[in-house]
Amino acid sequence: MAAKTLTIDGKQISAFEGATVLQAAEEAGIPIPTLCHLDGVYDIGACRICLVEVEGVAKLLPACTTRVREGMEVRTDTERLRNYRRMILELLFAERNHVCAVCVSNGHCELQTLAYEHGMDHVRYEYRFPKWDLDVTHRLYGMDHNRCILCNRCVRACWHIEGAGTKNVAGRGARAHIISDLNQPWGDSESCTSCGKCVDACPTGALFKKGATAGEMAHNRAKLEFIVTAREKKQWIASE
Amino acid sequence: MAQRIVIDPVTRIEGHAKITVQLDDGGNVIDARFHVTEFRGFEKFCEGRPLGEMPGITARICGICPVSHLLASAKAGDEILAVEIPPAADKLRRLMNLAQIIQSHALSFFHLSSPDLLFGFDAPPAKRNVFGLIASDPDLARRGIRLRQFGQEIIELLGGKKIHPAWAVPGGVRSPLSEEGRKHIVERLPEAKQTALAALNLFKGLLGKFEAETQLFGNFPSLFMALVAPDGSWEHHGGKLRFVDSSGNIIADQIDASRYREFIGEAVEPSSYLKSPYYRPLGYPQGIYRVGPLARLNVCRRIGTPIADQELAEFKSHGTGAVTSSFLYHYARLIEIIAAIETIERMIDDPDLLSHRLRANAGINRLEGVGVSEAPRGTLLHHYEVDETGTIRKANLIVSTGQNNLAMNRTMSQIARHYIRGTGPVPEGMLNRLEAGIRAFDPCLSCSTHAAGQMPLHVQVLAPDGSVAQEITRG
Ligand code: SF4
Ligand code: SF4
Ligand code: FES
Repeated sequence: MAAKTLTIDGKQISAFEGATVLQAAEEAGIPIPTLCHLDGVYDIGACRICLVEVEGVAKLLPACTTRVREGMEVRTDTERLRNYRRMILELLFAERNHVCAVCVSNGHCELQTLAYEHGMDHVRYEYRFPKWDLDVTHRLYGMDHNRCILCNRCVRACWHIEGAGTKNVAGRGARAHIISDLNQPWGDSESCTSCGKCVDACPTGALFKKGATAGEMAHNRAKLEFIVTAREKKQWIASE
Repeated sequence: MAQRIVIDPVTRIEGHAKITVQLDDGGNVIDARFHVTEFRGFEKFCEGRPLGEMPGITARICGICPVSHLLASAKAGDEILAVEIPPAADKLRRLMNLAQIIQSHALSFFHLSSPDLLFGFDAPPAKRNVFGLIASDPDLARRGIRLRQFGQEIIELLGGKKIHPAWAVPGGVRSPLSEEGRKHIVERLPEAKQTALAALNLFKGLLGKFEAETQLFGNFPSLFMALVAPDGSWEHHGGKLRFVDSSGNIIADQIDASRYREFIGEAVEPSSYLKSPYYRPLGYPQGIYRVGPLARLNVCRRIGTPIADQELAEFKSHGTGAVTSSFLYHYARLIEIIAAIETIERMIDDPDLLSHRLRANAGINRLEGVGVSEAPRGTLLHHYEVDETGTIRKANLIVSTGQNNLAMNRTMSQIARHYIRGTGPVPEGMLNRLEAGIRAFDPCLSCSTHAAGQMPLHVQVLAPDGSVAQEITRG
């Protein structure tokens, strides 16, 4: 595999051909915030929080789906990017009903952590307060659509790690939402193996173990990566 | 000419409470009312949420007593899971409730009420607040603050303070006390006890000066309700409900919380959106009852700890069977602080407090559950109905301030009747006393913790045509 050299934030970096900017940056110890990216499954560039500036390209590009090129000049931390990232976070908060104080994932939520990191002390957009239901028909797990950011991680984990194909997205635009099988109560799903991978994949409190109380639901993404590495590389190593 | 006087405390959270005084044509007080914005919104808000979230959600109802809602909610959850929680969990919940009683009562007494008591109700408002107290008796003020802190520290040691997690959960609690935490409590206990005793002695010494207030501040016959232990001892978290009348006769006893609706009716008056609970067998409004420290001491036979029991006997001598003056809520509160401290002293060496067997796990085994706990201000009931998946279908909360609603109205009328005569200007001292009358109940309102210890009051005397005949603003 040929190596490509590029600069990220002024730092000279070499990366394998085919690597994403996100992977290259990670290797070089340059942090780029992500939400829909999940180690172990392919990227879809859904959330846009990982946007970076690339010299010579007018639009912003998602680091998770942009491949490295020879001589590429990438900037990950500019005023413009910080503004956009904050805006994206605010839009995510305004879109559904996030009440961190009583959320099962309070203190363990990637969305909340990013909001803190980006100094999001208020939301400039009007909250939409949509009416979404909960699905707590599954014996072990629950889904609260109010907290879903449609990152699709659960869907990819369910299809490509577990291979059950239970989780899907239905609807378009603001009505897009996660469903089980053919849009039936999760508890009635015939394909679901109750493995809980979707729950571990979820960055927010949208998917949770039933009975979890405020702040009690920590997701274990490392577990998913462990499974994938074990399967693909035959290496049973726990990641950090 | 009939007049209406509206006292509207404009607090940091607007529209929380106001007092209206209704005068007849001759300028006599017909009625006075205390209005509270209630928690109906919260009950609606809970619908559709999973049971596990309820302690966390309801703890947010009130910034002043989150612990009480947490505990009542967790107990309602225990009922729905149909489990008996591990003994350690019960002891830890009790420890937290005792701490809550200490911190809340200390706030009520030292920060809010002691300035009235020390400087008198006619002292200038500028002096009659916690800052006046700090200026004139810095030692008392400091000790009061530390006593409250002691209660708060225990709550933090158990529940953590950063994000107010739902520490008590359906089935038990999430974490035990740490050994360092236990040590800390043990070290702080003696000072807390000394402060509590000093405050009690101070109050008893002042009592002679407040004969008029004892007579006037809500002194009337009513029923009293609180939890009691199976043997009739003081309770704050377990036990069952008991009602006594103003002569101290037990009229209903050992009522399981699940039967509360047989005994408590909830009237909604057309003039107010506040629910007014009453003792159902007597009907409305004859079934007026009081809850809180005064009620708890009236319903119990003994407390079960040495100093508190001595004090209880002396306290009971202020009534025949039951102590009926609402002014003596203050007195009862101070005795309860001692009861709580002595109870903690007694339990603090129990190894169960450090145990990790804390949570009974179970699914949804009942579709309905009622949880009851004694909040500092009185009995608090959470009643949930859930569906098979554990989703809340209906929530009914009976809060202590609501249960004292009828009694607070009657207290307002009693004070107003005494101080307002004719249509002349309302004396400033009357405002102070109305305010102090409310404060005796320590109602759970943001205004009751107003930093200056004084409610900003807005008084409007309205002519029958609605025009403002007289206006007094303070605050
Ligand atoms: S529990 Fe497993 S099988 Fe079921 S939806 Fe989630 S990932 Fe798919
Ligand atoms: S449920 Fe969670 S993982 Fe699935 S799309 Fe929503 S936020 Fe992402
Ligand atoms: S992490 Fe790259 S678009 Fe979501």
